[in-house]
Amino acid sequence: MTFEDYDIEGFFDEMFTPDHQIKPGYIPFSKFVANLSIDDLVQKQHAAERSLMALGITFNVYNAEGGTERIMPLDIIPRIIEGREWDRLEEGLKQRITALNLFIDDVYNAQRIFKDNVVPKSLIESSKCFLKPCLGLQPPQGIWCHITGTDLIRDQHGIMRVLEDNLRCPSGVSYMLENREILKRTFPKALDDTQVRPINNYAISLREMLEYIADKPSPTIVVLTPGIYNSAYFEHAYLALQMGVELVQNSDLVVKNGYVYMRTTRGLKRVDVIYRRIDDTFLDPLTFNPESLLGVPGIFEVYKKGKVALANAPGTGVADDKVIYAYVPKIIQYYLGQEAIIPNVPTYLCENPEDMQYVLDNIADLVVKEANEAGGYGMLIGPKASAEEHELFRKKIKANPRNYIAQPTIQLSRVPSLAGERIEGRHVDLRPYILYGKEIVITPGGLTRVALRKGSLVVNSSQGGGSKDTWVLYK
Amino acid sequence: MLSRVANSIYWINRYIERAENYARFVGVNTSLALDTANIPDAMQWMPLVATTADEELFKELYGEPSQENVFNFLIFDDRNFNSVYSCVMNARENARTIRENISIEMWEHINGFYYLVRNASKNRHNILPSSRDFLKEVVQGSQLLMGIEDSTISHTEGWHFGKLGRYIERADKTARILDVKYFLLLPSVEEVGSVLDMIQWSSVLKSVSAFMMYRRTYGQLFPQKIIEFLILDRYFPRSVYYCTVNAQHILKSILKSHRASIKTPAMRKLAMLSSELYYTNVKEIIKFGMHEYIDRLQTIINEVNDNIHETFFAIKN
Repeated sequence: MTFEDYDIEGFFDEMFTPDHQIKPGYIPFSKFVANLSIDDLVQKQHAAERSLMALGITFNVYNAEGGTERIMPLDIIPRIIEGREWDRLEEGLKQRITALNLFIDDVYNAQRIFKDNVVPKSLIESSKCFLKPCLGLQPPQGIWCHITGTDLIRDQHGIMRVLEDNLRCPSGVSYMLENREILKRTFPKALDDTQVRPINNYAISLREMLEYIADKPSPTIVVLTPGIYNSAYFEHAYLALQMGVELVQNSDLVVKNGYVYMRTTRGLKRVDVIYRRIDDTFLDPLTFNPESLLGVPGIFEVYKKGKVALANAPGTGVADDKVIYAYVPKIIQYYLGQEAIIPNVPTYLCENPEDMQYVLDNIADLVVKEANEAGGYGMLIGPKASAEEHELFRKKIKANPRNYIAQPTIQLSRVPSLAGERIEGRHVDLRPYILYGKEIVITPGGLTRVALRKGSLVVNSSQGGGSKDTWVLYK
Repeated sequence: MLSRVANSIYWINRYIERAENYARFVGVNTSLALDTANIPDAMQWMPLVATTADEELFKELYGEPSQENVFNFLIFDDRNFNSVYSCVMNARENARTIRENISIEMWEHINGFYYLVRNASKNRHNILPSSRDFLKEVVQGSQLLMGIEDSTISHTEGWHFGKLGRYIERADKTARILDVKYFLLLPSVEEVGSVLDMIQWSSVLKSVSAFMMYRRTYGQLFPQKIIEFLILDRYFPRSVYYCTVNAQHILKSILKSHRASIKTPAMRKLAMLSSELYYTNVKEIIKFGMHEYIDRLQTIINEVNDNIHETFFAIKN
């Protein structure tokens, strides 16, 4: 089959130029697909879905009626990125995470950036994620953000921009890894011909990073999960398995004599490094939210004294804030003396009176987001919302300006996707995963999330999104 | 191995073994009821409830011991923690939380087993009149799980805890099922040794799949020999002795792999019990009183379970 009927519809397309020429990276793929009919493709798609079910690659959805496990939908048509473009993105991501790490360390220690008036201190202090108990902390190797998922989007002019930095418990890497495994079965020849960079060393790099922050060789590492009802449970179990470490819940851990132990059939076994997939404030009811039933009482004290390493370090949420996001280019300039390689999306901060007025006046054209929400919740997409919804958000903004930011609606780039028996464009973003250990290691590509519903711009899995395999070319 | 995981594997096996025993037991009794239609329902069915020690709950929920009520209580009722449905549901919940520690086959089987029972429960009006096939599927579901565990789980600590759970549950259930004869009253004292008496004894054997093996070992049905077979036999895999001595060996393997002392309370109790059973003569059991002896066995088995919990699973501080 050819893509003659494929309609770009005026959006920036990852596969086609505006005059419908196939971009070089996609040529081997399109040659391979030329020998298939649309039925063949649909069959391959179904086979991929069956593999997903058989492998149990699921996630749990909050707020779904009777919802527990769902399969993470995968669209088999890959998203391809040229090597040179990726190399530049990699440079930009490394730059960004280096600066953010320095920022977080500064926020909890010397606070020079406030003293130099680059970022207002009030912004941090009013952030829900600023954790006072972390003041003065020196995490192992000075690393705060061990695992980051930075969301990138490409706008209508073809420019890649950072949409947000996810510095707390970013998820999706397991889908990235399993998508590649499935595409290896679906398009082995196309994959081979395209010369794609491998991604299967993620678990090894992750483990290396976790070992790096321990204070001893051959440390005992665990993955701490909130449990099976958490939406990302599959991933917690998957990563523990891939790394060859134990998956634990809070009930398996106990603090004793200044250390953290896990309960085994042979008695207590000391734990040195915890990859924790529990929100900061739920980690320790003695230090943070006393009503948390997911935490380990006393664990923060052990961490403070350097007797256990936590990845990510508690407190990183302070930079995972959509308002701070707007300051990141300044943050990069301040700590590194460099201009941001990857630009932000233009952002209006409602706590700024001028910006707020602009937002209130133009709300129908803007995307409004709450500073601290994730998963696409608490968001208004102006052009798609009703007048009532606009008014509702205007009220919310006026009531709590610091909590809201707005951005122009970006026409995200699209990738051809299987929509029933047709190929149609669907909007995508990209989440590369950045590991910060002895070196900063970024797995080529990342998870391409796709808004499966026609016309939708919301890519989050919890709201009808799916994913694609991402192929970064060697060249 | 994490205590929580070992605990779950142990209980998955206990629950599934329990479900198997209940299903077989009810199935056999259903068959027996057809041969003893002149005996009122209450007399026929109440003994089953009595041996499960859930009589109080049954009376509270149902009052009248009809065949239908007892069947629903023991098989489908989710208010009965020990019903087949509850057991399979709890086994599945446990399996779900430790999925990474068991094989895919084991998970898929338990999951399918759960849906089988759940769907039957929704359709119980149609199941009751011809329950044989369904009950057989439950028994096979348990047997299949054992086969899957044996062939897909490494025979290390987790597998051992699973087998330990199986044997401990089985020892308890064989004893209880034997005990049903104590509750199965004969219409009069003259009936002792009668055809009815023998039919009841043979259904006890069938309730633990022991009928054929008993026949091969002893031939004719003698109550004393039946008691001996079910409690003391060294070769029959459901006898109390067999279960006890195998539980002992498994526990020893676990402790050896931990390089721990074999003098832990659970081990001492199991070893003492299996020794006693090895040397006991059935006449001594009869003299002590079968029902009282079985009570004593159950108490010891419960204590062993509690000791295992304290030693390996419980929260230590």
